[in-house]
Amino acid sequence: MAAVTLDSVTKRFGSSAAIDDVSLAVAEGEFLAVLGPSGCGKSTLLRLIAGFEKPDKGTIRLGANVVSGPGIDIAPEDRHIGMVFQSYALWPHMTVAENISYPMRVRNAQPSDVAREVGVALAAVGMEGMGERRPAELSGGQRQRVALARCLTMRARVVLLDEPLANLDAHLRARMLAEIASFRSLSHATLIYVTHDQAEAFAVADRVAVMEEGRVRQVAPPAVLYRTPSDSVVSRFAGGGAVVQGEITATFGNGHATAALFGKTWRVRAAPAQAVGPAEICIRPEDLRIVSDGSGFGATVARVLYQGGRTVIEATSPQGTTLSLSLSSTDVPAPGTAVHLAVIDGWVIPQH
Amino acid sequence: MLWIPASRGERVAFGALLAIVALLAVVPIARLIQEAVAPGGSFDAAILERVITNPAVWRAARNTLGVSVGGVVLALVLGGAFALLVTLTNVRSKKLLVFCFMLPLMIAPQVTALAWIDLFGRNSTLLGALGIVRPPGTRHPLYGPEGIILLLGIEYAPVVFLTVRAGLRALPRDLVESAQSAGAKPWRIVATVVLPLMMPAFAAGGMLAFIGSIGNFGVPAFLGIPAGFTVLVTLIYQRLAGFGNGVLSEVAALSLLLAAFALGSLAINGWLARRRDVRVTTWMTAAPQWSLGRWRRPVEVACWSAFAVALILPFLALLATALVPAIGVPLDAGTVTLANFHFVLLDYAATRRAFINSASLSATAAMVLVFLSVPLGYSLVVRRAAVLRAVTFAAELPYAVPGVVLAIAMILCLLRPLPLLGFSLYSTIWIILVAYLSRFLLLALRPVTNALQQIDPSLDEAARMSGARFTRRLATVILPLVAPSALAGGVLVFLSAFNELTVSALLWSSGAETVGVVLFSLEQAGDSVSAAAVAVVAVVVTLAMMMVANALASRVARGVLPWQP
Repeated sequence: MAAVTLDSVTKRFGSSAAIDDVSLAVAEGEFLAVLGPSGCGKSTLLRLIAGFEKPDKGTIRLGANVVSGPGIDIAPEDRHIGMVFQSYALWPHMTVAENISYPMRVRNAQPSDVAREVGVALAAVGMEGMGERRPAELSGGQRQRVALARCLTMRARVVLLDEPLANLDAHLRARMLAEIASFRSLSHATLIYVTHDQAEAFAVADRVAVMEEGRVRQVAPPAVLYRTPSDSVVSRFAGGGAVVQGEITATFGNGHATAALFGKTWRVRAAPAQAVGPAEICIRPEDLRIVSDGSGFGATVARVLYQGGRTVIEATSPQGTTLSLSLSSTDVPAPGTAVHLAVIDGWVIPQH
Repeated sequence: MLWIPASRGERVAFGALLAIVALLAVVPIARLIQEAVAPGGSFDAAILERVITNPAVWRAARNTLGVSVGGVVLALVLGGAFALLVTLTNVRSKKLLVFCFMLPLMIAPQVTALAWIDLFGRNSTLLGALGIVRPPGTRHPLYGPEGIILLLGIEYAPVVFLTVRAGLRALPRDLVESAQSAGAKPWRIVATVVLPLMMPAFAAGGMLAFIGSIGNFGVPAFLGIPAGFTVLVTLIYQRLAGFGNGVLSEVAALSLLLAAFALGSLAINGWLARRRDVRVTTWMTAAPQWSLGRWRRPVEVACWSAFAVALILPFLALLATALVPAIGVPLDAGTVTLANFHFVLLDYAATRRAFINSASLSATAAMVLVFLSVPLGYSLVVRRAAVLRAVTFAAELPYAVPGVVLAIAMILCLLRPLPLLGFSLYSTIWIILVAYLSRFLLLALRPVTNALQQIDPSLDEAARMSGARFTRRLATVILPLVAPSALAGGVLVFLSAFNELTVSALLWSSGAETVGVVLFSLEQAGDSVSAAAVAVVAVVVTLAMMMVANALASRVARGVLPWQP
């Protein structure tokens, strides 16, 4: 049974729908990332599940129990869901240990149990011996760990994370991502992780839900999302590259097709039901190669972005389309150079 | 702010709190309006007409406007100049300067008035000790409109100072810096950039000073009544004191006239704000700090000299008067005595009772209001912003209207026996307590809402996620975070109630006197030395309470304690 189920949930603020008819099922123990630009409704989604917002339509279930729905509105304090806030929400007047033990003390746990659990939780996030510190004395990463430890002592079956890395320096983010992954294996909880960062979502999640304008556009494992985006929005947001207009000239029904692009014909991937005719084709940076012979089409290098191990090149086709491709070699053409490009892979975006 | 579903217990608590605010704030004012326009239950313009056509009313209204406008102009000049000096320059010991400048606001106006009367009186003990004696037969120089304007200006200059300082602190740094880089000198920047941008702050401060001035009772009662100079507030007092409750409808109409002045100034302020849109849109704020250079010492000397004349000298005069056995006796080592203090604190039943009454009324009001304001502030700020404005407005009403207006509203509401209970609070001490709860609710609520607005709402949400219910969250998360500000609000309530005269002047009864009331009656009876002793004790209590609040200062939300930098 799914740990969290949303069934046709709609939430309006004024006349605009922050969440527009969203249905979603998160499996027991699953790690779901919700990915989308700011204002897409992903934080509202989290607050609906937490119980801080009441849906205008639809139902939300935790396990088999309806927590939000017509005539039902279980208060956040009765949902037993853990949450890591973007601001971490550590109470400044309590020590680290008091912060972590708060959920247990609320449930009137035995003091000896509380002390033991706090010790376990501190050890689990690598903060042994820091129980007596105040939140103000901690670094950003340490505050994050305390917030995670608080979810551990809560023994919540579902934990919501609201952009937990947004306030951290770039070098800390990778460390905290690993920390979150180990939190998951310790707690066996179902995790719903909201972020606007594609790399974060892809790195940790079992499945990624891409949201835009209050709707879930696609829910799939990261690799599937990247290789076969269901529409141009998902394609742009989950992974770089370009979406170009082309013409499907033939389909083979086995997941492959040929497409006319930039004056030539290329072999691309497509859904089995893909029809012949005009279509949008998603071309990732690694789907393009620079070729020396006439098998490619002509383009001009517009910008060169050095990124350490690899270099991203933005090239402009004669039709004015901007394409990006990534090179691992150090032999990089300068801006303004004319090059020939070949399309070695691509995905025909299914028509709806 | 987003809507958050509340538990049933919380909704019940919030509903109860809203009902209390409505009973304390909205009902009395509504009752007052009804009495003025429809005393018999149906609309009746006869009383309004009689009041409006009375030449004595017009004279008092003219006088009210005259002294208030004069006081506001003086307050704008003093408060504005002091705000510019303290905020924009490198003058030294700013903390102490601000503390002293704020004192007239914290000390009761009737005490200040008495101090000035003692300073320049014909029998001034202090001037007598300095060998200065005014010729007999001359009128006291402060009796009459000029003295009232002077004291209103000094009393409300701190109000202007506070609003202008807040404005200067929100002044975008880049606007000043771009003027500097354009080559403008500080004086020019103040004249062409700072002052134009401060116009809304000046307008707001002036409006607050005006509303305070038209409702002020202590100053015109002490300086106007002896000179036969009547303003609306003293007219209402004299009518009610002279003719009793038979003129209630008439004074209700009179107090509506006062309220109309207050509303008129609000409208003018709004019109000014609309006419000239100088909103600023930047987060980079930090007032520039200009060096006074070689002028620093002269400016400091001028500042402290002004304080010495306007603050210290009058209170030395008050103290000198309190230390002599009878008015006219010169103060020297042979005559100095504590007998007056002994008399007012221990021997004389009325003053002794008044100190006990005022202390217990103020402490009770402070405690009740702090107790109410934490859950109310929580429900307003953390829960639903939609009603925040309406409730804050309702709480502001009894504080913004002149004290006599509120007092009359209270009489109208509480004169008849209470429904169900069958007894009346009128002419008991309880009517004063209810009036204080109504008048000072805002003073307790505002610090709490200020503090709550500075708290990240996720702190409360995290507690909810941990399973904590309303009362537990209130006790373990909200209360510890806002306690210092709530206590500071309690101190403000105590200070205001302890120094209050306007409300209790109309509500007191024998056995239920307040400090302000006995001070007024002692002075009217000509017992200046006892009045001075009462005033000195009131000043000492005020200063002590300010010290108590200072001990909390570092943990109080910014802007709660007016005298804190």
